[in-house]
This record gives sequence, C-alpha cells and structure tokens, in this order.
Amino acid sequence: MRFRRVKSSIALVVIRLSALIMVGAGVLIFIYLTVKGSGVISWPFLTEPPRQGMTSGGIFPAIFGTLCLMLLTLTFALPVGVASAIYFAEYTGRGRSHLNILMRYATSILAGVPSIVYGLLGLSLFVLYMRFGFSLLSASLTLSILSLPVIIAASEEALRSVPDSYREAAVALGATKWQMVRYAVLPYAVPGIITSCILALSRAAGETAPILLTGAAYYHPRLPTSIFDQFMALPFHIFALATQSVDPVKTRPIQFGAVLTLIMLVLGMNMVAILIRIRQRRMAQG
Amino acid sequence: MRAIRRRPTRTVESMIEYLILGCACISIMILLLIIIFLFKEGLPAFAHIPLSEFIFGTVWQVQAVEPRYGILPLLCGSILVTGGAITVSVPLSIMCALYISEVAHPLAREVIKPLIELLAGIPSVVYGFLALTALADLTQRFTGSIHRLNALNGALILAVMIAPTVISISEDAIKSVPKEYREAAYAIGADKWETMSRVVFPAAFPGVMVAVMLGISRAIGETMAVLMATGNAPLLTFDILSSVQTMTAVIAIEMGEVTFGSVHYHALFAIGLILLGITFIINFLAEALLRRFRGVSP
Repeated sequence: MRFRRVKSSIALVVIRLSALIMVGAGVLIFIYLTVKGSGVISWPFLTEPPRQGMTSGGIFPAIFGTLCLMLLTLTFALPVGVASAIYFAEYTGRGRSHLNILMRYATSILAGVPSIVYGLLGLSLFVLYMRFGFSLLSASLTLSILSLPVIIAASEEALRSVPDSYREAAVALGATKWQMVRYAVLPYAVPGIITSCILALSRAAGETAPILLTGAAYYHPRLPTSIFDQFMALPFHIFALATQSVDPVKTRPIQFGAVLTLIMLVLGMNMVAILIRIRQRRMAQG
Repeated sequence: MRAIRRRPTRTVESMIEYLILGCACISIMILLLIIIFLFKEGLPAFAHIPLSEFIFGTVWQVQAVEPRYGILPLLCGSILVTGGAITVSVPLSIMCALYISEVAHPLAREVIKPLIELLAGIPSVVYGFLALTALADLTQRFTGSIHRLNALNGALILAVMIAPTVISISEDAIKSVPKEYREAAYAIGADKWETMSRVVFPAAFPGVMVAVMLGISRAIGETMAVLMATGNAPLLTFDILSSVQTMTAVIAIEMGEVTFGSVHYHALFAIGLILLGITFIINFLAEALLRRFRGVSP
C-alpha cells in the first residue's frame, strides 16, 4: 500500500518537473534574447541601412523587405484562402464526394510539406519556369502557397462557428445562397478570419528557407522599387550575418538586435491575434 | 436603413459558386504542382547518377573532380538529428501535456498555455541562431566533443522546437477523454497517477501518437535550425557528437551555388522528392492510426 503511494507521488513530481523544464527553457530563451538584443535596438538601428560591409549601421532594408513580403503574401493568399474556406464550410464541405475527400487530403498533406520543398517549388515554378526571376514576386507567391493551408483551416473554423440560426434567418428572408454567405455569415466570421491571417502571416514573416531559394539577397544597397527586384529580409539577414559574413563574431550585436526585432514583429502579431480571439470569445459569451 | 437588395440573377449566383469551387481546388492544384515540378526537375538526375548509387552511395561530395552523389550520409544525418530530438522531446512533451490538462492549477494553466503558443511562434531561424551562439557552447562543454556544431546540438534545439506542437496536440487528445473515465477510476480507488497512467493516457493514446507523428514530420522537414546547428559536414556516422548534414540543409546550402540545369541541381531536387515522399508516408501513417483507433474505441 505504501509502495503504491510512493510510486504515485514520485510520478507526479516527475510530471511537474518536466513541465518546469519546458517552461524554464521557454522563459530562458525569451530572457536571453531580450537581454542580449535590447541594448542594440535603437531608432537609428531600425531606420538606417547597413554600413561598412554590414559590420555596422542598421537593418532598415531588411525590415522593409519583410514588410513588403508580408503585404504581397497577404494580397495573394487572403482572397483564395477565404474563398476556399467558404467552399469547405458553406457549400458542399459537409458532403463526402470524391472531390471533397481529395481536397481535404491535399490540404492535410500540404500542411506537412517541409518549407524547403515549397522553396524548391518556388524556384522551379516561379523563378525559372515563369521567369519571374529572383524577386519579391517569386518569394511572396511561394510564401502565400505555404500559408494557404493555415489560412484555409483557420478561416473554415471561423465560418463554422457562426450559428446556423443566422443562415436559416437569411434563407427565410429569401436570400440566395451567396447572399446568405455574404451578408449573414461572413460578417460574423471576420474576426476569426483576421486572426487566422495574422497567424499565417507571422509564420510567413519568419520563414527563411523558401525565400533563400526564391529571391532574398545577402546585401542589396537600395530598397526594392518593383516586385521584380531582389530584396533583403529579416530572417535571411540573421542567417547570413550569423553564418556567411566575413566576421560573424564582430557583428554579433547586430545579429542579436535583428533577432529581437524579428521576434517582436512576429510575437507582436501573435499577441494581437490572441487578443482578438479573447475579445471575440467574450463577445460570444456575453 | 439600407436599400432593398436585388436578388442576383441565376447566372451571377452560379458564377460565384464556380469561382469559389475553383479557389477550393487550389490545394489540389498546389499539391499537383509540387509533385509535377519536383519530378520534372528531380528525375533528370537519374540520367547521370544510377539510382542505386544515389540511394546506397555512402559519399556526398559534389565539389570533387568526380562528384559523388550518395545520399546515405544525409539520410543518416536527418535520422540522427530527428531521432535525438524525438527521444528528448516526446517524453517531456507528453508529461508536460499531462501536467497541463490533469495536474496544473487553473491559474498555472493560464500562464503556461500562452507561453507554449508563443514558443510555437518563434521562427526557426531564431532557434538556429540560439543553437549556433549559445547552445553549441553548452553542449560542447558538457560532452567535450571535438566538433562545436554537432548532431546533438541540432537534436536539442529541434527538441525545443517541436515541443509546442507535441504538447498542444497531446493536450487536446488528453483533454477530450470523457470525464466519466476519470470518475470511474477514482470510484474504484485509483489515485491521481494511476488514473492518468492506466485510464486517461491509454484512452488518449491515438491522439498522442498523432501528435508524435506531427512532431517527427516537423523535425525531418526543419531546415534553418539544423542548418545552423549541426555543422554541415556530410559524414556517414551514427556518432551523435559528430558534425552531420541533413537532407533539408544540403538543399538550402548548395542550391545557392549551383548551376541551374546541372546534375547537382537535379540531384538536389531529387532529395526534395525524397522529403516529399517521407511527408506522404507520415501523413498516411497518421491517418491510418487515427482510423484504426477510431474503429476500436467508442
């Protein structure tokens, strides 16, 4: 009897400990990066271009490139992703037709495809086959393909959480299917769709492997002026400075600054998404 | 008040419907494009490299006068790093999931869950950077290995990276075990740990396995973190303290210096094909697992 009790309490201690290890690792990572990076970040650091062969100066072109990339990715992925989600949630999504099964299968496979494989697709399809070259366009098309599964899955969930009574009311008033979707369902799913897009974009902003193959430049003196230009991007900038620059140790502070900037950008977006979700849940309850 | 809306004509209505259907087909189209372009660019490699040499060749050496394209060292690197990451991460993650759903005080749960979500949001290049600058020194000090960047370093950083995925999916599975199961176990005198280990965990097992599968899939496909952490030396070894190179890393590193259309270029796409194949296999296994358990359990 006593042995049983001892065994159980040891097991519980082990469980608490492993949770502590995980949480500790997480907290440690954030503290380490904040401490190392916060001293570097300043207004000039964020708004000036790199100087002296990238060993000093700021990271503005990289920030600008990442913002352009996110904007273009959103432009490509949002309409298609939301339309796709509308189909799954409102049209024949509930049916078990062959097409439906195939679509679901494709979406679940795509969610697991490694990002470097998306990079290969972007390189062969957009850069070489369609002759977009190494450019903002190729990279953002690749990133939008990569974020589509995320946007579709999350938007579909948002649409499905709209109560059926809204749909029934619209149909009872004589709305066609599309009118029902457009005026009775979509408006109430907008917060959820925005959340999903923010999350997908924050993922896309941090992706490095796909843009490595499709157009990110190590050093590009001027800002991109058209979508066919090469560009600098924050994640690639970090990678390049840390592994390929002439003196990776000397530029360490710049690297920590860039890392903290990227994390603040990405996690800031995540937090906004979480806040929207919490507010929406509260509204749904209240 | 808004004006009364006119009913769209039937043609407009069906046009919209087809447009939406077209968009919904995009995932199938993307998957097809991936398959088509990977085969188109990957298959020509085998016109120059015999398939057997590609798969069973023990040397990956592309700069030599007579380049060798054997992917065993790369496969080995991927397996070593992924295996190490899974060994470290899965037990910890599952226990952490049990803690969150069964043991934790609600207040602690409110703190831990967002933290794990935030960890999942950190870009892989940042994890790679951490492995390169901080973790590498730690692993070297503790193991005394000659290579500063080695497979263990990559495995450890991957373990941290995949933990959020494994934790949150396992936690969902554990949480969805009906309350009655727990109550029944308590009623016959089981304590908290016995209830967890003999009743709740077995009931949640299929879901936890799916979480593990997704973790494996993420670990194999991860590029930037392992690229920066493992030292990038295509050595055929099972020594976890040696530098290795993974399949994903070799594509990312070498694609930058390759001549488009060369054998090397096609060989890198062939590696991409293998990665895609692995994705299909893992997805298939996960679905089969889910289907089998769904058939058995109530």
